[in-house]
Amino acid sequence: MHEQIAANKRKTVLLFVLAIAFTGLVGFAIGFLFFNGGVAGVVIAVALAAILSISSYFAGDRLVLASTRAREVTPQEEPRLHNVVEGLAIAAGIPKPRVYVVPEQAPNAFATGRNPEHSSVAVTQGLLDIMNRVELEGVIGHEMSHVLDRDILIGTVVATVVGAAVLMSEFFMRSWFWSGGRMGRRDGGGGGDAGLVALVLFAVGIVLLIIAPIAGQLIKLSVSRNREYLADAQGVLLTRYPPGLIAALEKIRDAPHAMRAANNATAHLWLDQPSRVPGDETSTMEKLFSTHPPIQDRIDRLREM
Amino acid sequence: MLAVWIVVGVVVLLGLWAVYAYNRLVTYRNRAEEGWSQIDVQLRRRYDLIPNLVETVKGYAAHERELFEEVAQARSAAIGATGAAEQASAENAITSGLRKLLAVAENYPDLKASENFLALQEELTGTESKIAYARQYYNEQVRLLNTRIQSFPSSAIAGAFHFERREFFDIEDAARGPVQVDLGRGDGRTPTGS
Repeated sequence: MHEQIAANKRKTVLLFVLAIAFTGLVGFAIGFLFFNGGVAGVVIAVALAAILSISSYFAGDRLVLASTRAREVTPQEEPRLHNVVEGLAIAAGIPKPRVYVVPEQAPNAFATGRNPEHSSVAVTQGLLDIMNRVELEGVIGHEMSHVLDRDILIGTVVATVVGAAVLMSEFFMRSWFWSGGRMGRRDGGGGGDAGLVALVLFAVGIVLLIIAPIAGQLIKLSVSRNREYLADAQGVLLTRYPPGLIAALEKIRDAPHAMRAANNATAHLWLDQPSRVPGDETSTMEKLFSTHPPIQDRIDRLREM
Repeated sequence: MLAVWIVVGVVVLLGLWAVYAYNRLVTYRNRAEEGWSQIDVQLRRRYDLIPNLVETVKGYAAHERELFEEVAQARSAAIGATGAAEQASAENAITSGLRKLLAVAENYPDLKASENFLALQEELTGTESKIAYARQYYNEQVRLLNTRIQSFPSSAIAGAFHFERREFFDIEDAARGPVQVDLGRGDGRTPTGS
């Protein structure tokens, strides 16, 4: 398990580098297209990415919790939830995370924070209402694995950094269209090699701007999907009781509610994809662009354990 | 001259390895100790809950005197126990006593409905499962520590600095698992299998 955490830390660093490089590339494209030179764009974008990373490192969890309208609950208000969270924190050998409840009828849960010492676990009111103790332990075990493996940090930070790049490129794409595609464009019509290079870079820039939102989305997905299987497996290792999580996932699958606060920026953090329409069949396209593996796949894998 | 340097190099490498191996052993030992103190915290919490629970049940079922005695005795025996093995067997007695107590409570609808009892029941169930989880963590750390102490070459360092193997905290199969108090958990699950 400790080897797993070390591997995850390496991946976190790699993802940081990729995310910042990606942001820099988008910044270069924007700078080249709109400000007569890519370097300024790179500097601004990377500086922005760095500021965002740092602030999301320290405040990302509060941001996520606030955006889901989660409320911290005391052990007196929710004794069962607190007992389960504390129990699994003991099993994982980490300090007890803070406990939040999201006022939402769809059963779901997420964990956020930067490390096990600064972490929070949030569950929806709907989850508390329909899960018994064993199922709740299954769910919290899954979330505790995310905390233990530092998934929470990757989830929070990469989403913020890539989210900013996507936001920026969207902003510039729109202003580009609004200004009829002439905003600050380099006047490179003089012909010759310089003109050709400018044209190629211009084309690359356009392509980059178009794929940026998609690529950002894909980075976000790759962060999330495999980790869900891993957290399922590891969560079960903590509770030593796969049927608990299986029953919980089945209840989530069959729940009639959709989440009201379904939000793209936090989708990958939840136990199950919040935008999933209850009872809907998952298409291939949906599979490619979903932050979570299909819930039935997860149930099947757990059954095989 | 070259031979001297080779010897120096080998000695330095060996020294570095020894420091590394020693530090690893210390880490494992500290984790095991941490696990043990966590078990202790949870067991203490259970000792504190028992008088409360007994008092509450007494209010509704005063004539179950023998049972109250049994639980009280098991509790004092457990508080006085020393060593992982003795502690574990004393805790088994508490667990079975509490089980009987809660089974008795089933016969008193007023008691079962009382707010105070329900809160105590949740606290007890929570504590039981925390004990189980603490034990699971402790045993895992002990397993890692013992493996490290026994396996070569770290066994050499362990022997030189007197790292000792630790006992597992085992609870017999019959008594394993939390007290069945949560009605939502009707499947008789055992949260851990160590």
